[in-house]
Amino acid sequence: MKEVKSALLVGVGGQGAILTARILVNGLMRAGYDVKMSEVHGMSQRGGSVSTQVRWGDKVWSPLIGPGAADIVVAFEKMEAVRYANYLKPDGVAVINDYEIEGATVAAGLAKYPEGTLEAMQAHFTCHVLNAEKIAHELGNPKCMNIVLFGSMVKALHMDDIDWESVIADTVPPKFRELNLAAYKAGYDAV
Amino acid sequence: MAKVLLSGNEAIARGAYEAGVKVASAYPGTPSTEIFENLPLYKDVLYSEWAPNEKVATEVAYGASIGGVRSLTAMKHVGVNVAADPIFTAAYNGVTGGFVIVSADDPSMHSSQNEQDNRHYAKSAKMAMVEPSDSQECKDFLIAAYEISEKFDTPVLFRTTTRVAHSKSLVQLGERTEAAVPEYKRNVRKFVCTPANAYQNHPKVEENLKALEAWACTSPLNRMELKDMKVGVISASIAYQYAKEVFPENTSFLKLGITNPLPMDLIREFAAKVEKLYVIEELDPFMEDQIKAAGIPCIGKELTGLMYEMNPERLREQIFGEKPAVTDVGVAAVSRPPVLCPGCPHRGFFYTMGRHKDFVVAGDIGCYTLGAAPPLSALDSVVCMGGGFSVAMGLAKAFQVTGRTDKKVFGVLGDSTFFHSGITGAVEIMYNQGNVIPVVLDNHITGMTGHQDNPGSGYTLQGEIAASLKVEEVLKGCGFENVIIVDPQDLKAMEQAVQDALKSEVPAAIISRRPCLLIKRMKHDIGMCKVDTDKCIGCKKCLTVGCPAISVNDRKAKIDPNQCVGCTVCAQVCPMKAIEKEA
Repeated sequence: MKEVKSALLVGVGGQGAILTARILVNGLMRAGYDVKMSEVHGMSQRGGSVSTQVRWGDKVWSPLIGPGAADIVVAFEKMEAVRYANYLKPDGVAVINDYEIEGATVAAGLAKYPEGTLEAMQAHFTCHVLNAEKIAHELGNPKCMNIVLFGSMVKALHMDDIDWESVIADTVPPKFRELNLAAYKAGYDAV
Repeated sequence: MAKVLLSGNEAIARGAYEAGVKVASAYPGTPSTEIFENLPLYKDVLYSEWAPNEKVATEVAYGASIGGVRSLTAMKHVGVNVAADPIFTAAYNGVTGGFVIVSADDPSMHSSQNEQDNRHYAKSAKMAMVEPSDSQECKDFLIAAYEISEKFDTPVLFRTTTRVAHSKSLVQLGERTEAAVPEYKRNVRKFVCTPANAYQNHPKVEENLKALEAWACTSPLNRMELKDMKVGVISASIAYQYAKEVFPENTSFLKLGITNPLPMDLIREFAAKVEKLYVIEELDPFMEDQIKAAGIPCIGKELTGLMYEMNPERLREQIFGEKPAVTDVGVAAVSRPPVLCPGCPHRGFFYTMGRHKDFVVAGDIGCYTLGAAPPLSALDSVVCMGGGFSVAMGLAKAFQVTGRTDKKVFGVLGDSTFFHSGITGAVEIMYNQGNVIPVVLDNHITGMTGHQDNPGSGYTLQGEIAASLKVEEVLKGCGFENVIIVDPQDLKAMEQAVQDALKSEVPAAIISRRPCLLIKRMKHDIGMCKVDTDKCIGCKKCLTVGCPAISVNDRKAKIDPNQCVGCTVCAQVCPMKAIEKEA
């Protein structure tokens, strides 16, 4: 693949975006791609906005992209989708978890949680919206929400040439293997 | 061996292992911390430790070099300010075992107080500098840095930036090679920095730099990638990766790994080959100024500017004027600023400080810097590590000499910062009779950088049980006869402690003590608070403690059960007693 692909995984600290990025990277490495991944640490209190960038192709130079350069944004929380919408290419794709985390500023009454986030995204981009929290809950463990979203991401990016189920099985702890494989399938089928 | 995905920091740790490093000492600081968090992987052959501060760490590592072994220290960019004294002298004295100082700079200030460009340190201290541009180079160049250090008798400043340190890329691992350790011999001429010896060392330093510059012109760390000769780019560090992405494929590059001294003959040779020369670097025109001073015309900072980190899209716009196609979806996201965690022990202290309009509070660097944010809004200044006590002293003296007696001054810092450089501030307050109450927020850990052990936490970096220094014993030793230890989660006791300290007849200090809830090896009394909606009148008093778990919707307080840990600070401020901890 001559062209380098760039994915941005965004969410709120503690939602499992980083583990998801690791699964993505493990699969891409197995498929023989050059891969670079970038995340910012520090000031790492819980509840902050977090983003991880993953880039892959025959040869990747920069680990970092700027606005207007992402092929896909996977938003683990829907306000985070609009926060990072400027990173998407005009023909980019968004996978959005229809799930709301207010955050400290909204909770303290200093600002209102924005309305119309999904509609705003859908008006500009190809979007795949799902309630991954609900799906994960139905599977018996809300913590597998990240893998549900990962399944949707694989579908959205048409990355079926990689055996993601074996990558997931090798990356997550054995006792969560079945749950995460079910979460992956549910996410894949949800979009 | 297969390739593995490593961050730059993990690769530096691996490089230290492969280079045969035997002693390593550091103080944590973003974005350098993970280097030392990974060194205990190799503890069978590589001793690593957290030192109280960067100056001590540098001295320990340098002492090990004098003792003949390869040694490492690492710190964030502002840490080098703390360590500058031994670094400058080490550059004059030279080394026995290879000695490398990692400086992790933070362009764009993701978690720092400034974006100083530490490449200037290498030039100013007259030592070698090596800059890697990805994780593979972090490992390989570190090994080369030890060879340079020993060959040219110089410490090596190994300079990374946030994106080199924290980005992950594929690394081909190698085996460890043990470095030869010479028999120890006293060498007064070399290692005792009397003026007479320093006088003789300086010309050696200049000679070594000249020899290194000549060698750097042929070193594989500096390489030409010659293609079309119309456009040439000189770059180093992460900026090289951005430039490779942005400039057309047929562009010629001079990629530098050794950036002090700059290999000027090589640069001249490259410049002569190309029609148009760009110098692409983040922050200051460190290379560009020297290249221009050597009489070589080039283009750089007039396009790329002096501030903030680059990225390919920004660089493309700066060089070629191509704006990225950015979509505005028309809905703005609300910020999620860092805040004190639910149940953070610092909350009760800052709530108490914020209630007194006559308190002036000098803060410090750590989680407790967040005490400055609304609604707690309880800090007047934050300057640097250890500055809490001494800046408070200056404030108190300013009030004293101008007769403003209505102000009550507090100096505040954490336990790790106290051991880092707060103790000297306590000595200053005692010695010069400052009208200051020093406060140590003792949560038993180095919090902000992600939970590293410190001299008070009872454990070493390598996981062994250590002497746990008591803050109160140190303060008493400094002459604070009245050290008041209080649980900040008890707001009444906290207020009483503050009043007692202010009224104390003898020098008083406060230790606000409760372990950070995120310390994994400790048991915490985790519970949950609940709002009795019949009693709640929606007065929003509970919001004044600044806890992210509380919100007020439809005139009723609501506590998020996923976040609340039952610290009860909100319950203590509720005038209606509408919040209770569940049994």
